[in-house]
Amino acid sequence: MKFVNEARTLIKDNIRDYGMYIALFIIMLTFNFLTDGLFMSSRNISNLIDSAGYIAVLAVGMTLVIVIRHIDLSVGYVAGFLGAIAAILLMQHGVPVYLTIPIILGIGIVIGLFNGFLIAQIGIPAFVASLAGMLIFRGALLQVTEGTGTIIIQNATFNALGNGFIPSITEVGGLHLLSLIVGLLGIGFYIYGELKTRHDKQKYNFEVVSFGIFLLKLIFVSAIIGYLTWILAGYNGFSWTMMIVLAVVVIYHFISTKTVLGRQIYAVGSNPEAAHLSGINVKKITYLVMASMSMLAALSGILYTARLQSATTTAGMLFELDAIAAAYVGGVSSAGGVGKVTGAIIGAIVMASLTSGMNLLGVGISYQYMIRGAVLAGAVIFDVITRKKSK
Amino acid sequence: MVDYILEMHNITKTFPGVKALSQVNFKVERGEIHCLIGENGAGKSTLMKVLSGVYRYGEYEGDIVYDGKVQQFNKINDSVDAGIAIIYQELALFPDLSVYENIYMGNEVKANGVINWNKTIVKAKEMLDKVNLKVNPETLIKDLGVGKQQLVEIAKALSKHVKLLILDEPTAALNEDDSENLLELIKQLKQQGITCIMISHKLKEVVAIADKATILRDGQTICTLEKDEIEERTIIKHMVGREISDIYPKRPEKNIGDRVLELHNWSAYDPQLGRAVVKKADLYVRKGEIIGLAGLMGSGRTELALSIFGNPKNYKLQGDLVLNGQPQTFKHTSDAIEAGIAYVTEDRKGNGLFLLQDITQNVSAAKLTGISNKGIINDNEEIKVAEHYKQALHIKASSIEQLVGKLSGGNQQKVSLGKWLFVGPNILILDEPTRGIDVGAKFEIYTVMNELIDKGMSIIMISSELGEVLGMSDRVYVMAEGEIKGELSAERADQEKIMELATQ
Repeated sequence: MKFVNEARTLIKDNIRDYGMYIALFIIMLTFNFLTDGLFMSSRNISNLIDSAGYIAVLAVGMTLVIVIRHIDLSVGYVAGFLGAIAAILLMQHGVPVYLTIPIILGIGIVIGLFNGFLIAQIGIPAFVASLAGMLIFRGALLQVTEGTGTIIIQNATFNALGNGFIPSITEVGGLHLLSLIVGLLGIGFYIYGELKTRHDKQKYNFEVVSFGIFLLKLIFVSAIIGYLTWILAGYNGFSWTMMIVLAVVVIYHFISTKTVLGRQIYAVGSNPEAAHLSGINVKKITYLVMASMSMLAALSGILYTARLQSATTTAGMLFELDAIAAAYVGGVSSAGGVGKVTGAIIGAIVMASLTSGMNLLGVGISYQYMIRGAVLAGAVIFDVITRKKSK
Repeated sequence: MVDYILEMHNITKTFPGVKALSQVNFKVERGEIHCLIGENGAGKSTLMKVLSGVYRYGEYEGDIVYDGKVQQFNKINDSVDAGIAIIYQELALFPDLSVYENIYMGNEVKANGVINWNKTIVKAKEMLDKVNLKVNPETLIKDLGVGKQQLVEIAKALSKHVKLLILDEPTAALNEDDSENLLELIKQLKQQGITCIMISHKLKEVVAIADKATILRDGQTICTLEKDEIEERTIIKHMVGREISDIYPKRPEKNIGDRVLELHNWSAYDPQLGRAVVKKADLYVRKGEIIGLAGLMGSGRTELALSIFGNPKNYKLQGDLVLNGQPQTFKHTSDAIEAGIAYVTEDRKGNGLFLLQDITQNVSAAKLTGISNKGIINDNEEIKVAEHYKQALHIKASSIEQLVGKLSGGNQQKVSLGKWLFVGPNILILDEPTRGIDVGAKFEIYTVMNELIDKGMSIIMISSELGEVLGMSDRVYVMAEGEIKGELSAERADQEKIMELATQ
């Protein structure tokens, strides 16, 4: 009984955090039921993750941008433009992949620093500065693809980033071995991390949840990771896109929750004046967050171009709105200072699941937009209501 | 039979943790000028917020009888419709709109939903005449001085057919001429039958103008004085109600050392305002002493503090800042913090605290290096630090995970103080450290201040409360119009001398 009570208060106190996971769970179950299991098939999940990848990385960066009370509307066409530049470097100048990628990411950072300059140094509202960027990079994309039109990329290594899978090494009972190992390592790291946190807390004599709850949580999360691994290993294994997105999420989650830099970002978002008076360099933080955003836009461009195996003249269109929607579904607040990187990724998966599920069900595109809009509004309404109720 | 326009019976209002008003009774006769007096935090503003419907009916206990009827105001507009208007210290005007637009904001002159601007201007002129303000109604509010803005506020109230006008410290920010004009206007309005409640700290004004005066202390009504009883000494006696030594804890012994901070010929020019905010200031602070920085609002005290504390407003600075004998220039607040200076802001909600973050994150915000290793935060160390300050400063909260925005003013101030103590400064600048907090919390903050200087810290305390300045400081500097007008030792300083310098 005590156990149930503890679980209940835990869920009640954290309803805002758990709400998204529960919503995702319900969405997935519903689609799976409606499609007779097609939705949760290996193939569909693998596709879903790959198609969410280039929006997911944008949503991660966008969350931090919104946390510091700004916005970046230029990310879509920055992604499109840099994707085209990558294609040009690879196909027309013969630059090898291992050079192309850092060059593209580097250009992204430079673009972001320029946005930061406009916003932090000159004091232009981020909305206007990035709206200008959006127009400029749309033009730039048309400019560089003007002569050639769509640029087909014939570079297997590059294209693998958007379509390929990590090598299998060998198969065990029809399952992808390396993916299984990665999945098991993931579970191992997760359990180790949780144990260490619990141990540290006990060392300081702080309160921890009861062992029963702790164990339940460990088993539950491990089971989910295990299940996903098993599903994916039954098809082609983990894709490179998924590995890249995972890496981005792990790094950004760590920075935003465990480092001084992360704390400074949230302080600036929460109250820029108080942050300045606390000795935090607000301008520097603005530069960094904007630079990180455009770097992730570059990465998004690489993933998208690789996925299409070509750079098109309309690449990147409306990416920014999908990323912003994902960030808001993931619980970021435009008032600043509130929002999580993990939320952004869940938000991106929720939106991708909706698209994928509705496609499988053959829902018309007109209804798809309306439903996605309703889900976005619903998520934000839920967020606002639970926030009012919180302590 | 006396005709009361307003009777407030047994009003009690509690905030989480604080009883702001307790069984307050307050009666105002029709057509009189009634002053409401009390120390900061005595409950005057809360009482007026109850009256005007800021706190809705049901959020307080007791009855409001206005114009012979029990009133149940559910929103501010209800009290406005009944003819009650409040003019707050911080004026509620729109700086980028014109005078006439401001006067009729929310009360537009319209036919079928379309505003008749010409008629608005004509009517606005009438209102301006009533308050003896001779400006073009098309002037923008931001181009008027504070005194004239105040008159616009009163004109706005008149346009709504006000019967009961409440003025919250109307002359606090005004110079002497403007103050006199305003008081004269209040008398004129009285002749037109408008009842006026005036909250004021300036006792001379009260004596000059009041027909009656009610004194509040610690959320209770102390007494109501009749016209012939209103004298400065009587008011002070009732206001304070206790000896000053009760409010300010005694310090064991003074142990004053060398000069740690000196300013020579220190000036700050604010490019946004286009004028100097600090002019040729000379001052010094010694180890282990409390410096009081007295003066009226807008005298440049906060600006002086900010110009020392890494200059976050980007003033153009001139002169020398000497720290422990070494000349210093700070490029950023972080440099000042590094050098051992801390600044606890007067506006804790606006630029002091992170209201949406918990106590833990607020306490560590100014010294993240203290809870991290190579840029990685040690969560547990951070919790330990927060727990330490929660206990040391008696912060009343359910846990250190409570959001700071949900705490009472006194506890927020303690969090703000804790944040800066964790930095471990040598020089602590406290800007209005006890504004808007209750007497108990004040005493605790004074006690902490004494402990700190006992450990060799130096404190610069900016305060508008003369009692506090006199009760806590070793030396007092008085500022007016950006200049340091004088320096007084603790023995020589008294209220009159300070006020004399502050109003020079």
